[in-house]
Amino acid sequence: MLKTTEEPAITGPATTAKRPRIRAGRHLHGGRITHAVLIVFTLGSLFPLVWTAIAASRNNTRLAQTPPPFWFGGNLFKNLEIAWTDANMGTALLNTTVVAGSIAAGTVLFSTLAGFAFAKLRFRFKNLLMLLVIGTMMVPPQLSVVPLYMLIAELSWTDRLQSVILPTLVSAFGVFFMRQYLSEALPTELIEAARVDGASSWRVVWHVVFPAARPAMAVLGMLTFVMAWNDFFWPIIALTQNGSPTVQVALTGLGRGYIPDQSVIMAGALLGTLPLLIAFVIFGRQIVGGIMQGAVKG
Amino acid sequence: MASDAAATAPSKEEGAAPAQRPPARDLAAERRRARRSRWYRRDVRWSPYAFVAPFFLFFAAFGLFPLLYTGWASLHRVELTAPTDMEWVGLRNFSRLIEDEFFWNALKNTFTIGIISTVPQLLIALGIAHLLNYKLRGSMFFRVAALTPYATSVAAATLVFVLMFGRDYGMINWALGLAGIDPVDWQNGEWTSQIAVSTIVIWRWTGYNALIYLAAMQAIPNDLYESAALDGASRWQQFVHVTIPSLRPTILFTCVVSTIGATQLFGEPLLFNGGAGATGGADHQFQTLGLYLYEQGWVNLHLGRASAIAWTMFLILLLIGAVNWLLVRRLRKSA
Repeated sequence: MLKTTEEPAITGPATTAKRPRIRAGRHLHGGRITHAVLIVFTLGSLFPLVWTAIAASRNNTRLAQTPPPFWFGGNLFKNLEIAWTDANMGTALLNTTVVAGSIAAGTVLFSTLAGFAFAKLRFRFKNLLMLLVIGTMMVPPQLSVVPLYMLIAELSWTDRLQSVILPTLVSAFGVFFMRQYLSEALPTELIEAARVDGASSWRVVWHVVFPAARPAMAVLGMLTFVMAWNDFFWPIIALTQNGSPTVQVALTGLGRGYIPDQSVIMAGALLGTLPLLIAFVIFGRQIVGGIMQGAVKG
Repeated sequence: MASDAAATAPSKEEGAAPAQRPPARDLAAERRRARRSRWYRRDVRWSPYAFVAPFFLFFAAFGLFPLLYTGWASLHRVELTAPTDMEWVGLRNFSRLIEDEFFWNALKNTFTIGIISTVPQLLIALGIAHLLNYKLRGSMFFRVAALTPYATSVAAATLVFVLMFGRDYGMINWALGLAGIDPVDWQNGEWTSQIAVSTIVIWRWTGYNALIYLAAMQAIPNDLYESAALDGASRWQQFVHVTIPSLRPTILFTCVVSTIGATQLFGEPLLFNGGAGATGGADHQFQTLGLYLYEQGWVNLHLGRASAIAWTMFLILLLIGAVNWLLVRRLRKSA
């Protein structure tokens, strides 16, 4: 990665006298080797996904032969159909959309409200409460599954979607993220101006905070949606494969059975991943920007 | 703050101020104003609490209460079949854990898999971020592609890797065969299975971490590189003496996040067993703490013991956090 010497940095003081800006750091062009390494890395990132599709388009017998297939066969739609019916995929996709959508909406709404309060408002115990928010990020989800399971069993919520939606409806990361964003992106004068005009807090939130927070809300919504879509540990405890599974729960069911048909399993994995991949193709730029933005602020 | 602004503004034009004073108002308007300002003050005072309330209510119900209740349950004998039927056993769940070879096995596996997955992942991410930081053709394509594994779920990713790591027909053994290496029984060997599980983790998270490093790299002022280049520093020297020191907080952040993730590793080892349950392989060779907790609670039905494992995991995380904090303090002092 460091052999990119095609365009060496200009070091002589004579040249610097003429050129005020030196090409260094991120203003250097990536050389051929840089591109080559990145292409290898990209292939490594994409290959397992592409191969999922290849395996899903073959049949079980072909997958039990060497060399493994490297191009598409003709069984894709047949396998997708079997996976769809065997793994309850239609229900699973619908459930996951509802679950991930609700969690994303709830997280964005509550995080924006709390983030606004922490960023711009003055109230007692503010710092203490913010510390508590950060502290909750440290608590592993394993620590709460036992009582949560007892709780939903008590409420007869097993296999109901609210059992996976409600416990993850708020996120400490979201509050932190929105606080960081709003403390910079929302001018205090704007709030004061609205206040002077006699606007109530809720009007301020609706007409000033939400418009200012919209970019960060979109990013947080997308990140939360991806996270909720792929969540595994709690859904597999709270939901069952034959009842009301999310995609991830349904996928674990595909692997079992007398002789697992690998091509069908791959078709199921493809079905469960495809919606997010399509979203990534469409919103890739925004998602990348969001993660990088969150990283600098976080 | 609004009152500050109002108080300072007239002082600049004091001479004009008296002329602008409005005449005396009638009583009703005065009272209306008083009522409104009282309401206004109440709104300003209490609305912040209303804004943070949803978060804390949900957190109390689904975070704090379960956390404490898990501690309570860990001191009891509780079966999954009758979760309300609790029998006090004191610290027996914990003492059992200390004598339990499977617990130590899971702890050891969590640690080794954590190392094998985190260290290469962060090193590769650092290198890739460095390359992505150059001016590139199609840089956005590289970034989005690096993030696609992050969009793939644990379940989907593990199912594919199980196939690729297959002993007889897997692609990886086939490729090794081309290089003249005998087929490896990835799933049944201790080290090989842990490497395979770690590979899944590395695949899913390297690109994500690379983007986080890239964001931090782009925040480094370019003057630093320019002056380093002026001093004759090579690209490698710039990387070591400018990039790495500036990234220190970010590197620490990713280390902490990856450590937390590694401690909780669950889905990959569960599914890598190919539907054979939560044992983590025939010899428990890749059973992690998260998986062991699940096995104790939801396969063996001992919720009390599962709670004890959960609290032990939490204590381990706190310990790591404390060590981390001490390290940071030491680093700051030396810097």
